[in-house]
Amino acid sequence: MISRFSDRRFAGRVARHAILLLTAAFALLPFVWMVSLSLKPPQEIFQADFRLWPTAFHGGENYRIALTAAPMFSFLLNGVLVCAAIFALQLLVCIPCAYALAKLRFRGRDTLFSAVLVGLLLPPQALAIPHFVMLNVFGFLDTYAALILPWAISTFGIFLLRQFFRSIPDEIIHAARLDGLGEFEIIWRIMIPMTAPALAAFGIFSVVAHWNDLFWPLIAVRRAEISTPALGILLFRDDEAGQFLGPLMAGAVIIVAPLLLAFLIAQRRFIDGLAVTTMK
Amino acid sequence: MAEIELRDIEKSYGETAIVKGVSLSIRDGEFLTLVGPSGCGKSTLLRIIAGLEAQNSGEVLVAGRCVDDKRPKERDVAMVFQSYALYPHLSVFDNLALPLRTRRLSFAQRLPLVGRALPGRGDVEKAIRAEIEQAASMLDIAHLLRRKPGQLSGGQRQRVALGRAMVRHPAVFLMDEPLSNLDAKLRVQMRAEIIALHRRLGVTFVYVTHDQAEAMTMSDRVAVMMDGELLQVDRPERLYRDPEDLRVAEMIGSPKINVVSRAHWVSLGASLPAGIHRNTAHLAFRPEAVGIVASGDGRLNGVVASVENLGSDIFLNVTLADGQGTVVVRTHPDASRSEAGRSVGLQIDPACLLQFDGAGMRQREVERVEAAA
Repeated sequence: MISRFSDRRFAGRVARHAILLLTAAFALLPFVWMVSLSLKPPQEIFQADFRLWPTAFHGGENYRIALTAAPMFSFLLNGVLVCAAIFALQLLVCIPCAYALAKLRFRGRDTLFSAVLVGLLLPPQALAIPHFVMLNVFGFLDTYAALILPWAISTFGIFLLRQFFRSIPDEIIHAARLDGLGEFEIIWRIMIPMTAPALAAFGIFSVVAHWNDLFWPLIAVRRAEISTPALGILLFRDDEAGQFLGPLMAGAVIIVAPLLLAFLIAQRRFIDGLAVTTMK
Repeated sequence: MAEIELRDIEKSYGETAIVKGVSLSIRDGEFLTLVGPSGCGKSTLLRIIAGLEAQNSGEVLVAGRCVDDKRPKERDVAMVFQSYALYPHLSVFDNLALPLRTRRLSFAQRLPLVGRALPGRGDVEKAIRAEIEQAASMLDIAHLLRRKPGQLSGGQRQRVALGRAMVRHPAVFLMDEPLSNLDAKLRVQMRAEIIALHRRLGVTFVYVTHDQAEAMTMSDRVAVMMDGELLQVDRPERLYRDPEDLRVAEMIGSPKINVVSRAHWVSLGASLPAGIHRNTAHLAFRPEAVGIVASGDGRLNGVVASVENLGSDIFLNVTLADGQGTVVVRTHPDASRSEAGRSVGLQIDPACLLQFDGAGMRQREVERVEAAA
């Protein structure tokens, strides 16, 4: 009986993992394809038979072109700069907003929160033209400010952090007030450390979204010197596409790699942040 | 040195009145307990004293000065919460140090990173460390200073919470059901420790609980609250022997006081004791005021429904003769054994009989006059 039972469980486990492996492979396939293409010479890319590893290794050449034909390092640097600035501004705005919405009592709080929810429903594309017009009025188009400012306020961030702040018991905040902390010190010393996983999760959402964003930089920026990676890589496509598919893929690999690395490092926190954390 | 004075405190959330015109003065160094069922407004009153909630009207005075426009930290009060409210991301040491650091370090010295390098911070830190170590050894938590609250047992967290309130030497200690998350044995032990702490510190304690046993055993005076009103404020023994209100009589004492309505008493065919006021609607007596006599010999008669033997005492639940209502009787274990099903008579000590009118107010004048006569 016991062995049959455990056999069944074993079979169930195998089936479960088979399904997981299959879906994971499905999701990974484009990445693998991309890496594979980035290593192949142009003539091999369009060959009918499929090989994961190229017969003639052309990786060195592709990556050399990717790094030299366009100012790839400057793109990456721009990406880091823009994403960091966006995330920093978002935190600066979201944390006090979320704290006020979650823990302070004032007239109109619920209305304000409804406004945040409405903001959450609006697709960012809908705001592209108003943003563009405003930036034009201020003369910020084609600058770093144009890339950063429209994203400084994240309704998603306010919403996410409010939910986490609400899970912190009021008694802790009361204790902090009696201990002599002001409201900003409560945020800094109590709320932020207690919700670090949520902040990390929000950070990943924000950075991934803006690192990969092509839509907005395409509208706001022309100059290559301030292009973000996703926009910069378009410069390859402007040339004869077929010849440059290898370097294009190599460029894509270079752009994606930092994100993948960052995610692997922060993976644990990310999952903690999304799962319901138990705080006592 | 701080006495507390509450004057006509009113508090409501929207339409619901939580505290209805409470006036109370608490003496310096007194241990006063606010007791009442949950939702009676006692915790709200405590938070109003602390400044965590603002009253709708009325005044709070601490040490003779009105503190209504003062923020919690300026009121010189410390509070211990039911959930302990320790900061989970800080070590026990840092939990205890936080109130001292916020008071003794300047704004610049408290800044992250920069603050550490500023002159004077080191000396303050040294003094803080010494004080915390002293308080920790007093509370027997010196070996836990480096742990996080999550790694402590309930009793240890309770001590840390007491320590955090203690280190800054407040004039007033406020405690909001601090023992209700502990198991029964630990609760009795911590009760004794809090009493000892009160004696040693000699400052004013205001303690909120729904447990009448805690109120009775710990306090100098007990304030009984119900539905947002103060019913009676008195010494524990007076509340027990001399309650002003039927609800107070029913709240204090375990098992509960026996209450028989006048109509019921008469319908049982029993003669009313001498000295009953004409307004009296309820007669109440404690379980120890009843003696068991032979069936038919007592003022009231009934059948023993069940027997609870606690070792030191035996409680008999006696169903009255008409089958309506139960009277609890405390008997001595050496007294003749009564088993369930036996018919007994109940003799009630007239001196211990409490009379209440239809609204639950105590009736006493006539009783006294006739007792004297």
